[in-house]
Amino acid sequence: MTQLDPRAAMHLSDAAVSVEIETPDMTLNIGPQHPSTHGVLRLVAKVDGERISSVDPVIGYMHRGYEKLAEVRTYAQITALVNRIDWVSGFANEIPFIAAIERLMDLEVPERAQYIRLILTEMARISSHLVFMSSYPLELGAATPLMHALREREHVLELLESVTGGRFHPNFNRVGGVKPAAGGGSTMKKQSQDLPAGFLAATRDAMDSVLAICDDLDRLVTGNELFHARTIGVGVIPTAKALEYGLSGPNLRASGVKFDLRKVENILPYDGIDFEIPIGQNGDCFDRYFVRNEEIRQACRIIQQAIDKIPSGPLQAKVPRILKVPKGETYVRAENPKGEMGYHVISEGGRIPYRVKIRSASFSNLSILPWILEGELVPDMVAIMGSLDFVLGDVDR
Amino acid sequence: MNFWLLLLIKVGLVLGVMLPGALVIIFGELKISAHMQSRIGPYFAGGRFGWAQPLADGLKFMQKEDLVPADADDRVYKLAPYVVLMGTLALFVVLPFGPETVARDLDLGIFYVLAVSSLSTLGVLMAGWSSANKYSLIGGLRAAAQLIAYELPLVLAVIGVAIMAGSLSLNDIVTAQANWQWFDTLPTWVNIIPPYMILQAVGLVIFLTASLAELSRIPFDMPIAESELTMGYLTEYSGLRFTMFFLGEYAGMVAMAAVAATLFLGGYWLPFVSDDVLNFVGPVVLLTKVMLIAFVFIWLRWTFPRLREDQLQTIAWKWLIPAGLANIVLTGFFKVVF
Repeated sequence: MTQLDPRAAMHLSDAAVSVEIETPDMTLNIGPQHPSTHGVLRLVAKVDGERISSVDPVIGYMHRGYEKLAEVRTYAQITALVNRIDWVSGFANEIPFIAAIERLMDLEVPERAQYIRLILTEMARISSHLVFMSSYPLELGAATPLMHALREREHVLELLESVTGGRFHPNFNRVGGVKPAAGGGSTMKKQSQDLPAGFLAATRDAMDSVLAICDDLDRLVTGNELFHARTIGVGVIPTAKALEYGLSGPNLRASGVKFDLRKVENILPYDGIDFEIPIGQNGDCFDRYFVRNEEIRQACRIIQQAIDKIPSGPLQAKVPRILKVPKGETYVRAENPKGEMGYHVISEGGRIPYRVKIRSASFSNLSILPWILEGELVPDMVAIMGSLDFVLGDVDR
Repeated sequence: MNFWLLLLIKVGLVLGVMLPGALVIIFGELKISAHMQSRIGPYFAGGRFGWAQPLADGLKFMQKEDLVPADADDRVYKLAPYVVLMGTLALFVVLPFGPETVARDLDLGIFYVLAVSSLSTLGVLMAGWSSANKYSLIGGLRAAAQLIAYELPLVLAVIGVAIMAGSLSLNDIVTAQANWQWFDTLPTWVNIIPPYMILQAVGLVIFLTASLAELSRIPFDMPIAESELTMGYLTEYSGLRFTMFFLGEYAGMVAMAAVAATLFLGGYWLPFVSDDVLNFVGPVVLLTKVMLIAFVFIWLRWTFPRLREDQLQTIAWKWLIPAGLANIVLTGFFKVVF
């Protein structure tokens, strides 16, 4: 017997309409141009009403071929490229790459340079998390936290700019240290410029205002009943699943795993600094929000301690003018604001690396989407995607 | 006077109140949200305070290309914005601005208000369906679900007032509030308080919540839900038709706020002022109350995130409707006993 056309079935008499009318899933193409996909992610979703039955993320709209470019660029040029991977925390991207070269060359970095790197990395973390703090409520419909969080982020970015000369893409690290700060000029070519005057005091003030905005956001967002309704119990990632999909960073910690590369790896002097690793209990959207909120506070603590501890001394180790990295390979990873960021650098000797494989946090964090979005509602999809806090530049590279 | 001339004057009056009212609220929203977000907001348009910004925006929209999707149901698509606007405009007909300043004082005033205010949702559904866009369709269906859920609490909240006043005519309801006497033992200044604001406080809260949903404003703006459905049923609209939707939204705010003010805050009534004076002062009093309620709407919008569709239904069916029913029972009890 042939299948009854559902449209025809509707016009039949009551007796015949007992045939169940098929309601096929609707294919909803979300993105690449969509307000909540953080850029150019495309999701091909099958929706049954508002419930998503399956979702297929399509990435690559932002692919810029950095890994391939790295094979034809000198090491110093690649530093400029890696800034642009996760552009909301450009400085933090440089650290593992530079550390990888330093490890291959077996260089000892001066302690002052190490501390400057640490302070600026944590500033990048604050700025990245403040972007999350502003964009996440916006995705849920609250527009006001955006402006307040971005206002404070501007203070942090101004400080970053005063040292590095760039707000988003500092390109500040040099193999063996950090770049002599802006303001050198030709007459002072030989003299290495230190941090700008008053930078440390200004940073201390900025940390106070960042802590103040954290409290403000707590009052406006964290305790908000409607925010709770949208996030608590939504998009739960159990610990086992989080590990299975290779989540890292705040997303992993929100699922209750106390793992932070700042405590594990020793590429920056975190061992002398006292800070806590906030973890979540349920692994839902609210926990992921809360962990990031708490990490901003911890980053402020880290910076304040680092300012107390920063020694004086040179900014740069002795490095040959033409950088040649000896043959060898290494993998260096660091705790980026978005999660674990690693570079596998293979050198055949010479000025250009043979291969640079970039392990970016957002790419792995995004891989859980098909599993976690299955069976969720369309509005929850926005809440879950926002809470994973990925940047498309970090996904596609 | 000639019937047609009178009609023209009345239509002019309604338009004259609705359009500037909507523009003032748009401007208020721009400025208030700016202050809440530590911005300045419009500043240059019009010379001072950027007062002409809503007008400039409207002019800009009119210059934009009027785009109709190729697959759209042409006639329905083009008609939808005007249906939305018409539903809102028609609501002003029965609103009393003074004891005699009313376009048409219907005996079934509230009934008319509730019936006409649902018309604009029909327009939204038309827009969502005819756009030939999946996002628009979902937005339109959400709007329909929202209408069913929130029309009921709206009616239940109004019934309490109707029982108290003993009439469905809006003018009579205002008069009933004006004539209300609190107990003699209380001092006379108590009479300043609009009586239904206290006695029907539950109804007022239900009415305001439900009208937020009816206007689809945050926290109930799921039919638009910018971050989920791009712009919901508005996605495909541009140019003048978008302006009509935009104007309709804010005119709707004026209308719902005016109804709430009339039902619960005493409308045009001002204590210790005679009817003759109220005929002139009334519109100002009513508009002041409208602006106060509109401020609350704006305040909520820029504070809260949006709810989910199922949470909206939960609030309507599990909280607002039982509360509304309880309110009716209590009001009836109160009316019979005292």
